[in-house]
Amino acid sequence: MQTQVEIVDLLGAKATYKEGFFTTTAVETFARGLNEGVVRAISKKKNEPQWMLDFRLKAFAHWQTLSEPHWGKTIYAPLDYQDYSYYSAPQCGSCSNEACASAGAVPIEPEIDPEVAKAFAALGINLGDDGGETEMAVDAIFDSVSVSTTKSRVLLEKHGVIFCSFSEAVQRHPELVQQYLGTVVPHHDNFFACLNAAVASDGTFVYIPKGITCPVPLSTYFRINEAKTGQFERTILIADEGSSVSYIEGCSAPVRDTYQLHAAVVEVIVHADAEVKYSTVQNWYPGDDNCEGGILNFVTKRGVCKGARSKLSWTQAETGSAITWKYPSVILEGDDSVGEFYSVALTNRRQQADTGTKMIHIGKRTKSTIISKGISAGKSENVYRGLVKVLPCADGARNFTQCDSMLIGKQCGAHTFPYLEIQNATAQVEHEATTSRIGEDQLFYCAQRGIREEDAISMIVNGFCKEVFQKLPLEFAVEAEKLLAISLEGSVG
Amino acid sequence: MLLHVENLQATVADKAVLKGLNLQLKAGEVHAIMGPNGAGKSSFASVLAGREDYAVTGGAALLNGIDLLDMEAEERAQAGLFLAFQYPVEIPGVSNKLFLQTALNSIRAAQGLPELDMFEFSQLVQEKMKMLGMRQEFLERAVNVGFSGGEKKRNDMLQMALLEPKLCILDETDSGLDIDALKAVAQGVNAMRSPERSFVLVTHYQRLLEYVAPDVVHILYQGRIVKSGGMELIAQIEELGYDALAAA
Repeated sequence: MQTQVEIVDLLGAKATYKEGFFTTTAVETFARGLNEGVVRAISKKKNEPQWMLDFRLKAFAHWQTLSEPHWGKTIYAPLDYQDYSYYSAPQCGSCSNEACASAGAVPIEPEIDPEVAKAFAALGINLGDDGGETEMAVDAIFDSVSVSTTKSRVLLEKHGVIFCSFSEAVQRHPELVQQYLGTVVPHHDNFFACLNAAVASDGTFVYIPKGITCPVPLSTYFRINEAKTGQFERTILIADEGSSVSYIEGCSAPVRDTYQLHAAVVEVIVHADAEVKYSTVQNWYPGDDNCEGGILNFVTKRGVCKGARSKLSWTQAETGSAITWKYPSVILEGDDSVGEFYSVALTNRRQQADTGTKMIHIGKRTKSTIISKGISAGKSENVYRGLVKVLPCADGARNFTQCDSMLIGKQCGAHTFPYLEIQNATAQVEHEATTSRIGEDQLFYCAQRGIREEDAISMIVNGFCKEVFQKLPLEFAVEAEKLLAISLEGSVG
Repeated sequence: MLLHVENLQATVADKAVLKGLNLQLKAGEVHAIMGPNGAGKSSFASVLAGREDYAVTGGAALLNGIDLLDMEAEERAQAGLFLAFQYPVEIPGVSNKLFLQTALNSIRAAQGLPELDMFEFSQLVQEKMKMLGMRQEFLERAVNVGFSGGEKKRNDMLQMALLEPKLCILDETDSGLDIDALKAVAQGVNAMRSPERSFVLVTHYQRLLEYVAPDVVHILYQGRIVKSGGMELIAQIEELGYDALAAA
């Protein structure tokens, strides 16, 4: 039985980040620095059409007029954007990148560097493409490029589902990309989204045709490997009328002693009667006890429920990153559309999280649910920041928000900033919030019943998060529970 | 000797609360420890169970010959020591079922027994609940959250019945209970009395002792056991009060 102070110390003491390995492979990395030439070079590398280059240049010009946002309850020194490299890719084994580029297209199944495949295998991600339909389809992204997309061909041929890397989509489905790119998160949206628009490296592109229920869950696994490299992937997911899909993201990175920047943009478009379930289990390297290193996770995720009765559900389990700055949002445009946000954010050591959601009600009888569970341990700071906005036209809109915080130890912080902007008198908006602490009394009670402290903490934390974990796809719920246990490890010696 | 306590001394926040406490308890016996407020009754229960706030400054406490003071709180529980709390703690979000199963399996693991799966556990817990006259819905509720005082104590009794400890310490578990809840606690204790199991009933009142007859009654006064005897001691407390009795 430790005293509370010791618990705090011990929680901070051991960095047990098992994904913290580093892969050595031949890579092509751009020199550090950012200017218009770099933006053009990225575009050229990817052999992009003019409209894509124009999009990037427009964004870059605008980005230069913006300044880094520091309004979040997070503290970090201004970043030196000239000190990052904006493109890094493992070289393919069978062909040179030049050859790919000159052929005018990225091959569907390029040879994967065996070291890279090994890295993914170590993370439990199988890149073998067996063509079967039982498992999940995976897009594996290593630093700036997508290295493998499994089951792509069979999904396209049998179901018309497009599931490929963003770069490939630009080459093969330019009309779709052009139609949707920047429509939910415009190039000028915010500082990091704007930077992403300029230097977007890769990402995933998903299109589910009308009336199709995607037969397997689609997933993307993001791995940052190179030091001092930014990852700027852009993901676009379109669910056409009456379709449905479950999409899952996983993330990890090696242990590095400097900040690594991850500024992604996700755009989700849900048409009438379609349903998208978007789940994220994020386990980026959180940095060490002295605030050294870790991933800066500055992400813009937004979806629009365009059509009537459409539904978008964000579920996230966030345990990593030095700093998280992320507000997956839903614009509820279609009448009777539904937006959901279920979140577990765990911070330990000196992590800082400023995360939440925005629900914008435009259509009539639109409904949103927000369940946020924040757990703070060590010397971390955990913030929920959420906006519920009901526009004058959104008759009968409803929102339910529940926002619970749990504190472990006495040196961490939990903060809640709910913003409610209600402009329609028929709207019903509810907000509930609780704050609790895992106290010595609870731990002693558990110990007196024979339960070890770390089991007790994990039992209490998992109980606290149950409502959200129930919303995750089953195998991911198990993963998330394990992740919480690992992230809380070191709470006893 | 199931419990052997010799010259036990302890402090909390640098204040001496146990000042040389001696107690011998054989397997199968029920002992009552009575005393005025501040005598050290709850401190004694807390020190035996291993609460961190208390510092042991001298003496010994052995359970079946094993040094309790050397063990972490969970190891004491695994060795068969059970404390029924004066104020059972609430654990939001954790169902009684999960809590009970985790506790039972932790203790079984420590004793080298295989874990019970959901089915085996359900069957066992149903039996125990039936014995204590408890309703099914109890299992689905979060541990002690929104429970009445009586329900919390009943829940402690259920844990006791399930974990089958060797030594049960009831820390003023009768305080603030209505007569029905008091009877339920007494019923739990009586149902579990056996030649291998001993009880220490720490109490301020004699009410509980009307339903559970102790073999020995001790008077704890200013951090020491000052008198031991049978049920006749209770009548003397009524008549003389603790101060006079301790001085006599």
